[in-house]
Amino acid sequence: MEPSLYTVKAVLILDNDGDRLYAKYYDDTYPTVKEQKAFEKNIFNKTHRTDSEIALLEGLTVVYKSNIDLFFYVIGSSHENELMLMAVLNCLFDSLSQMLRKNVERRALLENMEGLFLAVDEIVDGGVILESDPQQVVHRVALRGDDVPLTEQTVTQVLQSAKEQIKWSLLR
Amino acid sequence: MYQWRPLLLTAQNRFDVSSVDVTLQQEVSFHFGYVEVASSARIFNETPINPRRCLHILTKIIYLLNQGEHFGTTEATEAFFAMTRLFQSNDVSCHLLIKSVLTGAGHLHLCVLTKDMTGKEDVYRGPAIRALCRITDTTMLQAIERYMKQAIVDKVPSVSSSALVSSLHMVKMSYDVVKRWVNEAQEAASSDNIMVQYHALGLLYHLRKNDRLAVTKMLNKFTKSGLKSPFAYCMLIRIASKLLDETEGGHDSPLFDFIESCLRNKNEMVVYEAASAIVHMPNCTARELAPAVSVLQLFCSSPKAALRYAAVRTLNKVAMKHPSAVTACNLDLENLITDSNRSIATLAITTLLKTGSESSVDRLMKQISSFVSEISDEFKVVVVQAISALCQKYPRKHSVMMNFLSNMLRDDGGFEYKRAIVDCIISIIEENPESKETGLAHLCEFIEDCEHTVLATKILHLLGKEGPRTPQPSKYIRFIFNRVVLESEAVRAAAVSALAKFGAQNDDLLPSVLVLMQRCMMDSDDEVRDRATFYMNVLQQKQKALNAAYIFNGLSVSIPGLEKSLHQYTLEPSEKPFDMKSVPLATTPITEPKTEIAPVATSKLPEKLARSRQDIYQEQLAAIPEFQSLGPLFKSSEPVQLTEAETEYVVRCVKHTFARHMVFQFDCTNTLNDQLLQKVVVQMEPSEAYEVIHYIPAPSLPYSQPGSCYSLVRLPDDDPTAVSCTFSCTMKYLVRDCDPNTGEPDDDGYDDEYVLEDLEVTVADHIQKILKPNFGAAWDEVGDEFEKEETFALASVRTLDEAVGNIISFLGMQPCERSDKVPENKNSHVLFLAGVFRGGHDVLVRARLALADGVTMQVTVRSSEETVVDVILASVG
Repeated sequence: MEPSLYTVKAVLILDNDGDRLYAKYYDDTYPTVKEQKAFEKNIFNKTHRTDSEIALLEGLTVVYKSNIDLFFYVIGSSHENELMLMAVLNCLFDSLSQMLRKNVERRALLENMEGLFLAVDEIVDGGVILESDPQQVVHRVALRGDDVPLTEQTVTQVLQSAKEQIKWSLLR
Repeated sequence: MYQWRPLLLTAQNRFDVSSVDVTLQQEVSFHFGYVEVASSARIFNETPINPRRCLHILTKIIYLLNQGEHFGTTEATEAFFAMTRLFQSNDVSCHLLIKSVLTGAGHLHLCVLTKDMTGKEDVYRGPAIRALCRITDTTMLQAIERYMKQAIVDKVPSVSSSALVSSLHMVKMSYDVVKRWVNEAQEAASSDNIMVQYHALGLLYHLRKNDRLAVTKMLNKFTKSGLKSPFAYCMLIRIASKLLDETEGGHDSPLFDFIESCLRNKNEMVVYEAASAIVHMPNCTARELAPAVSVLQLFCSSPKAALRYAAVRTLNKVAMKHPSAVTACNLDLENLITDSNRSIATLAITTLLKTGSESSVDRLMKQISSFVSEISDEFKVVVVQAISALCQKYPRKHSVMMNFLSNMLRDDGGFEYKRAIVDCIISIIEENPESKETGLAHLCEFIEDCEHTVLATKILHLLGKEGPRTPQPSKYIRFIFNRVVLESEAVRAAAVSALAKFGAQNDDLLPSVLVLMQRCMMDSDDEVRDRATFYMNVLQQKQKALNAAYIFNGLSVSIPGLEKSLHQYTLEPSEKPFDMKSVPLATTPITEPKTEIAPVATSKLPEKLARSRQDIYQEQLAAIPEFQSLGPLFKSSEPVQLTEAETEYVVRCVKHTFARHMVFQFDCTNTLNDQLLQKVVVQMEPSEAYEVIHYIPAPSLPYSQPGSCYSLVRLPDDDPTAVSCTFSCTMKYLVRDCDPNTGEPDDDGYDDEYVLEDLEVTVADHIQKILKPNFGAAWDEVGDEFEKEETFALASVRTLDEAVGNIISFLGMQPCERSDKVPENKNSHVLFLAGVFRGGHDVLVRARLALADGVTMQVTVRSSEETVVDVILASVG
């Protein structure tokens, strides 16, 4: 086996129906969306009933964790050091847990999707583990807080954004 | 505006283009379709731009992409242009979101990104670098090289890490540019930050991996200075074990010491990596394994499931090669049997099955059956493989196993799983004659309800082979005929063939089989009807020889060869009937020692039917005009080394036998990089009446590129018994010295020669192996017209096993009826061998062996040709 930094093959978050909330595949093990969804379905069926944290599926090592109505998966090759994958999974979960103020469940996550996107981007880049310390991840994501201080906005802008927010809440 | 077009097109190609599912799942906060998103992208055009709203839209776009949604050309274009407007905004956070997540979707504005890369805000710089490198190409890379070098040595860890990882991604694309950043990476490797260290090490290794010396130096440096990062340690261990493997370094090398020292690291990740590296090393002794096994043993009682899993999986691997090394962990493994994680429990049990004693087998089997339905197919296959190995170890336990396997066969499961079980049962039947009837009964029951055609046909074939020779053959007929009534064409055809074998073997069943055949002749499928008609007619003749030739032992020719010969025959119409003997024989597949397959992606290997070696040789030789008149290739031997492995020139020879000639193919490799060899010929001096009639030189032999030269030899016609001969070989060639670097040769050269080892032709080169599935029938078919018998004393041989091995390798014939395996504690044995002699004459040998002081052997040879019998007896004596 060639020593390499490419450790993670995919990061998945599924809800308790097994539907995809977030999926990022870092190589071509499952090139099409159809194959990806089939794989996710298989993973979910094999893991959602038990709370053991590791399994071997379709020749890949899968480490996972569930919380309320969310299932977190980190997938690597079967030759990979299981503990490294576990480090990624723990980092992802702990970062999200901090960002969502311990409220790790589907609704909160959906409302903070951009935080999730940024966090995963900080943890894994193209399959290479970029960071394993949840504090660092949260720090990097949080500083980019999407709240532009109100003082920087003009009155019209505030009005505008309020109007839009009402519009959007109706649209939902 | 226009210059964005081409960029955009590539950008759009990167959107996932597969499923267009517009009906989105009704999400709580993502209740919208992509059309809606695209139209709401209009808010990007508002002045002043509202970054927050844009952010919201962008998040939604990313979410949709992530769901596998496909963006149409127009929508993507629109969204993209809208996004570019965001760059004018002052809110940096938006840039970052776009960059960090939409990397796959946009060739973004270089200068904007470079601005962020070098900006004051540290947290933005990392993602900016990653985004930039994702979208950049070789030409653009030159422009940002300066920034990258700076970023790699930046004091902010996230920036440095990002730059290093991005460089690693870009190595594939532009190795040469990234190679120039080695010094910076070197500097980063001594950083205090654990991730930077890890990434720098990874990048350095990737840049240097082809230069073994540089890798060794790097390893020395880091193993001495010590690292902080556990990740970097894992990487170092992997590099070290790879290097050990490549250099075949002994286990006393400093690298091995380093790996062993990592077993005492504070971090579990490093300890495990080191243990697993030691376990995976080839030819590790039990003493070297011991420390690794003992840390794995500690992990077995860890509260973390992942650690337990990793440990038991690695122990399982150890148990395959060194079961005794794992025995110490048996107690810990026993505790894991009841682990809530079924994967761990399964691995623990299969490991115990390998290491445990015979008495614990029953208990373990009971344990497995309690949860076998809960584990995934991959692990079920692991269990079956373990059982299969166990059956070979403890043949007496076969009844327990058989029961267990039949229960597993009844459960649901995929094809791979079922096939593993069927293979396992078949191997048990072959190993233990007394388990035959129960095994066949289980398989019969299985095909009653089997959806896999391949398995059904395989089992039917086995029934046809084994069924007729059981005490009660009639009971299988019902199962077989049920298939004829109920199944698909392929299975029906296989069932008909199986039926015919029952009819041919058992005279009292023949009338009923004929009646059944009659019914099969009315089948709707061509193949089934054809087979039924054919067997019907053969069976009605009631001749043993016909039965043997056409029902028990089918054609033994190579199928691609037959196809080619028939095609050739149809191209040149002639009065002569087609001669089966002109078709090259099928080489019996060499049964490889079963390799232990870990449960790794077994399902993904494409099952391709590889062409046999002989078919490839046949084609190569047919391409040489001098050899075209020789007829079909009869046999190709295994390559014989004519030089030592480490000499200037490496030569090996493959002996090709034809009806009246032999062709010797010399595969030569020149291992001197300052020489070019030309007109290479191997001159041969035969010791017997063999005559070398032609040499075909290899025109040119540059450094390390193998080339072949050939010698054509006529076999002596007048004395057919002269089958063995020794050739002394000399390689002659023209040497031209050349520049080792450019390979440019000098103008003139000189002749030289090189003496090779002697080459032997033995009787085995004249005989091709063929497998007669039913040796008895074939024996009767050949008849005793040219039967000869002689008795020999093999004084030097001490055991029956050794004698059997010697005879097989000497005659080069195929052992039949599994007679190559000598049962334990027996003083006599009968060996059946079958083959075809050069020229197409069947040869059968029956050797009765008796063990007294030495081994006494009575050899009976039958053949359709008298000289062949003489040749064999002469060569044995």
